[in-house]
Amino acid sequence: MIKVENKLFQNRYKVDAGHPHISIRNPDLCQNECKSLQCTVCCPAGCYTEEGNGKVVLITDGCLECGTCRIICSEFRNVEWEYPRGGYGILFKFG
Amino acid sequence: MEEKFDAIVVGAGPSGNAAAYLLAKAGLKVLQIERGEYPGSKNVQGAILYSDALERIIPDFREDAPLERHIVEQQMWVLDDESYVGSTYRSAEFNKEPYNRYTIIRAQFDKWFSKKVQEAGALLICETTVSNLIMDGDRVIGVQADREGGAVYADIVILADGVNSLLAKKAGFHAELDPKDVALAVKEIHFLPQNVVEERFNIGEDEGVVIEMVGKITQGMMGTGFLYTNKESITLGVGCMLSDFKMQKTTPYALLEQMKEHPAIRPLIAGGEMKEYTAHLIPEGGYKAIPKIYGDGWLMVGDAAMFVNAVHREGSNLAMTSGRLAAETVIALKEQGKSMTEANLALYREKLDDSFVMKDLKKYKEMPGILHKNPQFFTTYPELLNRAAHSMLTVDGVDKKSKEREIRRNFMAKRSLFGLMGDAFKMWRAFE
Ligand SMILES: Cc1cc2nc3c(=O)[nH]c(=O)nc-3n(C[C@H](O)[C@H](O)[C@H](O)COP(=O)(O)OP(=O)(O)OC[C@H]3O[C@@H](n4cnc5c(N)ncnc54)[C@H](O)[C@@H]3O)c2cc1C
Ligand code: SF4
Ligand code: SF4
Repeated sequence: MIKVENKLFQNRYKVDAGHPHISIRNPDLCQNECKSLQCTVCCPAGCYTEEGNGKVVLITDGCLECGTCRIICSEFRNVEWEYPRGGYGILFKFG
Repeated sequence: MEEKFDAIVVGAGPSGNAAAYLLAKAGLKVLQIERGEYPGSKNVQGAILYSDALERIIPDFREDAPLERHIVEQQMWVLDDESYVGSTYRSAEFNKEPYNRYTIIRAQFDKWFSKKVQEAGALLICETTVSNLIMDGDRVIGVQADREGGAVYADIVILADGVNSLLAKKAGFHAELDPKDVALAVKEIHFLPQNVVEERFNIGEDEGVVIEMVGKITQGMMGTGFLYTNKESITLGVGCMLSDFKMQKTTPYALLEQMKEHPAIRPLIAGGEMKEYTAHLIPEGGYKAIPKIYGDGWLMVGDAAMFVNAVHREGSNLAMTSGRLAAETVIALKEQGKSMTEANLALYREKLDDSFVMKDLKKYKEMPGILHKNPQFFTTYPELLNRAAHSMLTVDGVDKKSKEREIRRNFMAKRSLFGLMGDAFKMWRAFE
């Protein structure tokens, strides 16, 4: 298993504690309706994890602000997605 | 800050910087808003810079722009699990000034470009996210920023906010992006001593190499890989369409890790220190996916408008060019005393149609559709090609004619003659 945390560790972030910029609109949909749980596969920062019982947990601290999770959840449109407040979030040194 | 500007530019990537620079230079009162701590802090690119587009905006950019290496060699690899078949083009012509292409590091480049914009007289505000457009009926009259009293007004708002372009969606100008029109790219930068980079790639000081890749590294998904040399580092990454990512079980970082383990790639980055891992979307839907790009009081430039030529890996040059044409449109309307109505802003579309931006996108308009429907270009062919090369290059007592027959049989077994001819025709049509 490749640990994405080891990669993210190299990055700089200014985390907006207590103000996640992305959220799951209706957790029940993830747990009971969504079959693919594709956000847990496609997110390049591994922000979405499945808790075994189908429950999906989102932690945005390592988010690279790419937009993938919002776009691939096309069946349920269950991702509420905003940019972080100005100045917060990922801070690319090289890009 | 209830103030009125001639123009507000949202975003300080190459498209926004090109527009803001030219507008400010023409004497307009310009406000540019960027959500990152500094311009570039949110942006990701391979990155190849094409000189021509920038030269038309800042002719003497070579004097102080942070350029890594000019490109003298272009390689194209078709990979199987263990091997690759490749072509190389290297030319002494590429070593003559003025150079045509450079590798750059985006965070540094965007900062440099932004300095030029500010020197030209535009007001830049960073660490500020525009949360909404301010409308008067159907007309955009300003933007709402996420700071206190953050409403600002202008005659024209230029949306240079990149691929996700939330503002146009919130305003109802655009629908959500379709997973088949965007690619997700992940990449890393690995640092190595300058002399190691030069020895490994057989290049002199300031000279650079580009390697583009297709085949097994995308595990059957529509996508490509790339590896570029910077001064003291190597950038490598892989990108695939979101519609394909959606269908399978490999994470983007696992894909990148597997790419780095390929026997032909591993030695190129050996001993390097990985200093950053990035991910970004690329709008690759092509001509047919271009959304509405202007309306009453607004213009859209760059990635937000789907201006990427995926076949040739060009994006930043289309971004800068569309930014330039947007600025020229606004300047022309101002000079003629015309207002920024949708009808008058149609001039922007005319200018785009007349430029390489639309001409190239139109030329390849069938390409995304063809590639989506024909995954064999990313799976079967790379494998067959590598096996054929392996067979022909292995000296094992079998005569060459028999080998050819065997290769032909392999191709036909995987893909009927009809299929092979059809594929050749489709490719010809797409590039025609
Ligand atoms: C991995 C990768 C490799 C690439 N390689 C190449 C290459 O080799 N050559 C090439 O020419 N192109 C390449 N491209 C494409 C190129 O990077 C883009 O086409 C180009 O960056 C588009 O410029 P832009 O100004 O339109 O958008 P961006 O560069 O994305 O800039 C948008 C800006 O707007 C800001 N912003 C967004 N929303 C808001 C808001 N609401 N409020 C305030 N600010 C906001 C962002 O922070 C950002 O600074 C590559 C892209 C990727 C992802
Ligand atoms: S893809 Fe959408 S609906 Fe499915 S688990 Fe993820 S967020 Fe929930
Ligand atoms: S925006 Fe990208 S990095 Fe952030 S949570 Fe969504 S998929 Fe993951």
